[in-house]
Amino acid sequence: MTAIASPAAHPNPLARGLRMTAIAVAAVIAYLVVLWMALSLFGGRTIDAAFPEALQQTVNALSIGAIYALIALGYTMVYGIIELINFAHGDIFMLGAFLSVVFIGGITGNNEAVTNIPLLIILILGALILTMPIIGLLNAGIERAVYRPLRKAPRLAPLITAVGVSFILQNVALTIAGSGDRRAPQIFPLDWQISVGGAEISILSIFIFVLAMVLMLGLQAFVTRTRLGRAMRATAQDQEAAALMGVDANQTISLTFLIGGMLAAAAGLVWGLRFGYVRFDLGFNSGLKAFTAAVLGGIGNITGAVIGGFIIGFIENFAAALGYARWQEFLIFVILTLVLIFRPTGILGQHSGDRA
Amino acid sequence: MTAADQRPQAAEPMLVLDEVNTFYGQIHALQGVNLTVAEGEIVTLIGANGAGKTTTLKTISGLLHPRRGTVRFEGADVSKTAAHTLVRRGIGHAPEGRRIFGRMSVLENLMMGAFTRDQPTIPPDLDRVMTLFPRLRERTHQLGGTLSGGEQQMLAIARALMSHPRLLLLDEPSLGLSPILVQQIFSIVREINEQGTTILLVEQNALQALSIAHRAYVLQTGRVVLTGPAREVMSDESVRKAYLGED
Ligand SMILES: Nc1ncnc2c1ncn2[C@@H]1O[C@H](COP(=O)(O)OP(=O)(O)OP(=O)(O)O)[C@@H](O)[C@H]1O
Ligand SMILES: [Mg+2]
Repeated sequence: MTAIASPAAHPNPLARGLRMTAIAVAAVIAYLVVLWMALSLFGGRTIDAAFPEALQQTVNALSIGAIYALIALGYTMVYGIIELINFAHGDIFMLGAFLSVVFIGGITGNNEAVTNIPLLIILILGALILTMPIIGLLNAGIERAVYRPLRKAPRLAPLITAVGVSFILQNVALTIAGSGDRRAPQIFPLDWQISVGGAEISILSIFIFVLAMVLMLGLQAFVTRTRLGRAMRATAQDQEAAALMGVDANQTISLTFLIGGMLAAAAGLVWGLRFGYVRFDLGFNSGLKAFTAAVLGGIGNITGAVIGGFIIGFIENFAAALGYARWQEFLIFVILTLVLIFRPTGILGQHSGDRA
Repeated sequence: MTAADQRPQAAEPMLVLDEVNTFYGQIHALQGVNLTVAEGEIVTLIGANGAGKTTTLKTISGLLHPRRGTVRFEGADVSKTAAHTLVRRGIGHAPEGRRIFGRMSVLENLMMGAFTRDQPTIPPDLDRVMTLFPRLRERTHQLGGTLSGGEQQMLAIARALMSHPRLLLLDEPSLGLSPILVQQIFSIVREINEQGTTILLVEQNALQALSIAHRAYVLQTGRVVLTGPAREVMSDESVRKAYLGED
């Protein structure tokens, strides 16, 4: 009886989790090896010198990929539930970055690194706890005010409206913060590093990756193991059938925007820590890449968005490591195009039977 | 409206459709449907394709709302009540085409059926529906989308039962099933009814439906053209011609 009563989504979720982890680890090692070879063959390094650099870069790729993955989740969840490409989502990320700058800057009052570990943790968690719900509620509020009245309108209407919202949010930031870069307090010490085999690995990068993984695993647990999470997936699959189960579609859609906004806000906060600046148009570039990640992974699919985010992180890092940073976007879209030619629904397309 | 109007009246049946007119845009799908279902009954609704059977069920469960006329459930006007609220009020609907959540397991589909229920009541309910449909117990962790048509139909009925409906709407539960399975589904419908659930059954399989129903309605282009005890409807000449394949 316990097996039947347990709400687990899979006969053996542990085995599935271990398999996915193994695949992910293998992919990261493969990237490391490829980058190592590429650096020594085309990057003018000796094979010995190339390894530590490849290792450092791989960790960086994981942290930037994690940021894209967090943003991509908001695109994919919203698309999954109301089939809207939420063009304003990148700008929600941008506002999250700004707001965390306001909170962290307001508390610390300067740009210095905080080397007291408990204080650092309190500052970062505190800023997350403040920023995530505010930005999440803002995102849900925008849905309520702007997209919901257009729910039954032709598909193009909410799409154009989302473009409009994107401009509005950018202009709000532009008006308040101006058009230049604003400094984001880099309270996380950039010189904290671990030495592994000659490589200096950034602890901030590791922190960003771990934080993103915690949030993403939390999301995974939410959608597979909780009543509301199941309702969200049910609504995404068949809104009418979900209503017949007693699910209020409006509430579920609000919840989706709330969660998407919260994850984007977390991405915004770590963006500031890592890059040290924020700007009103931050959401455009990063948003586009995160959207690409969602499409690459199979839009509507949560696992796909995460995989897509990391792939974009790897591509970008690869180009930069070999000195072709200006070709990042080109490379990203070439790979997107290639994937879509062979798998029009993305890597984990809607009909691949994935349950998340 | 006074308080007295809102109280269930002893004389009024559980479900009352009063001159219900439902539209799809300009299309006038239900043209003044009158129908009642009393507590404890099995009532069947038969009619040709496009007669408005599915529309009637959707109007009852709140997926559609009548433009004119009223739907009353247990004495209260629910014409404008949303579907997700009516589940809590006691209306279960296993819709046309099964509408299983294909990317969820059998168990998760059943858990969705219990969405409005308290957690502690769920395990015994799961046990109950799995006893009714042993096949579902074997397939607990299989994805809904990979079940056979018959298994999906069982899951659709089981899922609707998980909400403990007092009134269960079934839209063509026997569609596409093998004769043996059709028999089985009908006997389960009767069993569910004997356990205390009132049933409104839409069927193409008119003979079978009439044989388990207490009363029947025949729908034609959005209007009720015939109603009465199932036995009488079954012996009606026009019904025998149109639905029971006799001439
Ligand atoms: N979404 C819709 N938009 C427009 N017209 C519709 C829609 N759904 C149903 N109709 C029309 O309403 C009428 C009644 O349809 P309904 O689905 O209720 O028939 P039915 O009796 O259930 O038929 P069947 O036995 O084929 O399931 C039909 O003429 C149908 O074309
Ligand atoms: Mg029908």
